Amino acid sequence: MTDIDQGTTVDVTVTVNGIAHTRTVEPRRLLSDFIRHDLRLTGTHVGCEHGVCGACTVLVDGKPMRSCLMFAVSAEDMEITTVEGLGTQDAMGPVQQAFVECHGLQCGFCTPGFVTTITAFIEENPDPTSEEAREAISGNLCRCTGYQNICKAVLRAAEINRERATPTEGGDPA
Amino acid sequence: MTTRQFGQPVLRREDPRLVTGNGRYLDDLGHTAYEAAFVRSPHAHARITDIDVEGALDVEGVVAIFTHEDLEGPAADRLPLLIPHPSIEAGRTGHALAKDDVNHVGEAIAMVVATNRYVAEDAAQRIVVSYEFLPPVVGIENARDGANLVHDDAPGNVAAHLLQEVGDVESALAAAPHTLTLDLDIERSACTPMEGRGVLAQWDSDEQRLRLHSSTQTSTGVRAAVAAKLQLPLSQVECIAPDVGGGFGVKIMHPWPEEVLVPWAARRLDHDVKWTEDRREHFTASAHERGQVQQVTVGFDDDGRLLGLDVRFWHDNGAYLPYGVIVPIITATQLLGPYKPQNYRVEFWSLYTNTAIVTPYRGAGRPQGCFAMERTMDAIAAELGLDRAEVRSRNFIQPEEMPFDQGLMFQDGRPLKYDSGDFPASLAKLKALVGWDDFAAYREEAESQGRKVGLGIGCYVEGTGVGPYEGGHVHVETSGRVNVATGLTTQGQGHQTILAQIVADELGVSIDDVHVTTGDTRRMPYAVGTFASRGAVMSGNAVALAARAVRAKALRIAADALEVAEEDLQIEDGTISVKGAPHASIALSTVAVMSNPLRYAFDESAKAATQFAGTFDPDKPPVADDEEPGLEGKDFYSPTQATFANGMHAAIVETDPVTAEIKILRYCVIHDCGTVVNPMIVEGQVHGGVAQGVGGALYERMAYDETGQLLNASFMDFLMPYASEIPHIETDHLETPSPLNPLGIKGAGEAGTIPVTAVIASAIEDAEGFPIRSMPISPHELWDLRRAHAHALETVSPTPTEESA
Repeated sequence: MTDIDQGTTVDVTVTVNGIAHTRTVEPRRLLSDFIRHDLRLTGTHVGCEHGVCGACTVLVDGKPMRSCLMFAVSAEDMEITTVEGLGTQDAMGPVQQAFVECHGLQCGFCTPGFVTTITAFIEENPDPTSEEAREAISGNLCRCTGYQNICKAVLRAAEINRERATPTEGGDPA
Repeated sequence: MTTRQFGQPVLRREDPRLVTGNGRYLDDLGHTAYEAAFVRSPHAHARITDIDVEGALDVEGVVAIFTHEDLEGPAADRLPLLIPHPSIEAGRTGHALAKDDVNHVGEAIAMVVATNRYVAEDAAQRIVVSYEFLPPVVGIENARDGANLVHDDAPGNVAAHLLQEVGDVESALAAAPHTLTLDLDIERSACTPMEGRGVLAQWDSDEQRLRLHSSTQTSTGVRAAVAAKLQLPLSQVECIAPDVGGGFGVKIMHPWPEEVLVPWAARRLDHDVKWTEDRREHFTASAHERGQVQQVTVGFDDDGRLLGLDVRFWHDNGAYLPYGVIVPIITATQLLGPYKPQNYRVEFWSLYTNTAIVTPYRGAGRPQGCFAMERTMDAIAAELGLDRAEVRSRNFIQPEEMPFDQGLMFQDGRPLKYDSGDFPASLAKLKALVGWDDFAAYREEAESQGRKVGLGIGCYVEGTGVGPYEGGHVHVETSGRVNVATGLTTQGQGHQTILAQIVADELGVSIDDVHVTTGDTRRMPYAVGTFASRGAVMSGNAVALAARAVRAKALRIAADALEVAEEDLQIEDGTISVKGAPHASIALSTVAVMSNPLRYAFDESAKAATQFAGTFDPDKPPVADDEEPGLEGKDFYSPTQATFANGMHAAIVETDPVTAEIKILRYCVIHDCGTVVNPMIVEGQVHGGVAQGVGGALYERMAYDETGQLLNASFMDFLMPYASEIPHIETDHLETPSPLNPLGIKGAGEAGTIPVTAVIASAIEDAEGFPIRSMPISPHELWDLRRAHAHALETVSPTPTEESA
């Protein structure tokens, strides 16, 4: 049996969605638990706790990472973006908007991990093909949708991104 | 003019919340609650000789540790057998915490409650349980031979045995010009929703009241079971299903041990307690399904028409039988699909094994039944050299034969009587969609390139929307906001959208004004649950009936106010007006004010309903004798029987001639779920169902070793498909409305999953030219089958034949 080194805590400062948060945590505290339970940003979900399902994916310095495979202390001084940082109900981000339009979610539990993953992907590849879209989401598990509408949402998100980037003239729709 | 919502691909109203991280799933609640962790059996079959908790008590942050000894009253008794059926010979259920023995890996033995989950798990690790090992029974073969027993008082490991017969199978088979016998088997899989189970209990000692949140498919079921186990008045228990991250059947089982223990501990400790299942727990301590061994004997004539069908199967029900034998009963009855067997006998044995329990998983016994029937259809076609679609077509129940009584008793104890469906039309659509008649040319072309391809087909009928009932409550507030409540729960099916669509149409209001609550016993205490593809059928009709009651009441009040006949009124966009005279109108919100005579004017709109506002007839009471205050209505929908949806799928697969890798090139679905409330959502249900079916056909299995250890209890080893494994799904629909309910709806939730294993087996068989009798199938198994069949051919003829033309 491993000896439990209880009581050791450290201070950690992590920037989440643009706000620096300092908390005192055990070194073993997972970044996913830190985000969900210490910061109470519960949009990030935990589906397997072993890095396979991708529900807990957040952006760490812009790169998608599984927050269940990182310790909170490892995120010291890093910039984290969670699903909450990508839009609000009244002002949804392009990926969020695309998921709604394409029926890209059912129970919604895996969705935050897809939203963060796809956000990073279309940043890198602003005009993906269907094959590239499917490839891009092939590291995240969804048990409800059969992925077809998520693939569609990737393409639509890229399109929305381009639409929003196009400056509109005289109020004409882009 | 209000746009009709019913039948439109209305975007989901729940989505903006869920895509922005504002969902509230179980573990998102209860931030200040104590957290529980469990010590679970690492052994499949053992007697517990000692539990030593000493080392765990010292862990800082531990609040309490409980074992079976600590439980009292009904909480200490065995868990209920939820669905008693006369076929059950030895119905055994477990305890909330193991008493004396354990019967599967993952069975809960001790519960640790601590200030957080990390500490609870630290302490759980320090609890030492001593065991005396008993021989484990793993797999249907070992269960059937009965040499070792799971439960000493269940001889032969038989939990239940059922025989149903229609006609005279013995004589039919004896007289049949052709007979075939098929030995089939299908392995275990599981629902594995992305969110596991979870329970949060909040005990209010001042009010002696329990508020329970559970990630469940039945909040009313959990409420009643927990009240009984904790000996609380029902009125002091409320249960809410928050956002639920998928269910697929596993969460209809209740009460799970944790659903009893968490509230029990919360009351005992007078503190909120929460438990969130982890993934390994979900694999070993929740439920699986599918595992069956089947033997089919079929008699048929020269045209391939069924004369008699004799089916025997053995169903692995795991260590306990809390959900009864619903799954094998469904296999036994739904096996018949769209066909007329003429004479049918089905006999099953439900067997105990030292593995996780078996409760319904999307399809609930139907995928196994469909597999048996469709393998049989292909075998008949092969025997007679007939087209496989043609053989099916010759055995179809015809549309003019509806309603068609199969003469069996269904899972709800009522007759298996199909209400509607047009199977020839569905088949014609499927053949057109997949290009059935052009496949020979496609195959020839593929073969010329050295590729092996096959075409598979599978048909099913699904009894959906079983009773006993669901309810709807509709309430129009004075603001015009319409609150709708139904008791069944939601796990992603979009109930908040489709029920709002239905109510918006029935009531004549904007869908934006309609707000739906599901699975909250505070809002609708009478409900059954979400299973058997019953959400839209049951709650859809219930809320429609409730909305009609509200509409009638609104028209009565408005007719009185406008001094016209009710028949001359219409409701559009929340305004009641006189047909042909739209200026004579009154807002529904105003009617809501008028429906509730007030003494106190709490706001401007309320003023209009007070005693000194306007005129009234002094001889009449403010609320008429046969009325109630408020613009609200409640009704229940309770059908005499299930409604039967159906569908047909076809797939084209390619099998690699060297590696035996299996790739689905095309997947086509024809689906008939009666009238469709929201085609976008139905399509989504079909996609998801097919994906789960593909998982079950090609990737997923529960790899138990002979000692009862589940070797692949993680997402790393249990191969749930990613997007890379799921084909693009092509769909077409047929709508044959159900005559059984006001909206003509049949269920859609499970349909996609049912025939997939049968379809993929059919396609692989077609590609390879030898029978596929066991599913799921991996490339490795297909490769072995190739070798075995090549070897058999060599033995028969010394000259090996060319592999392909």
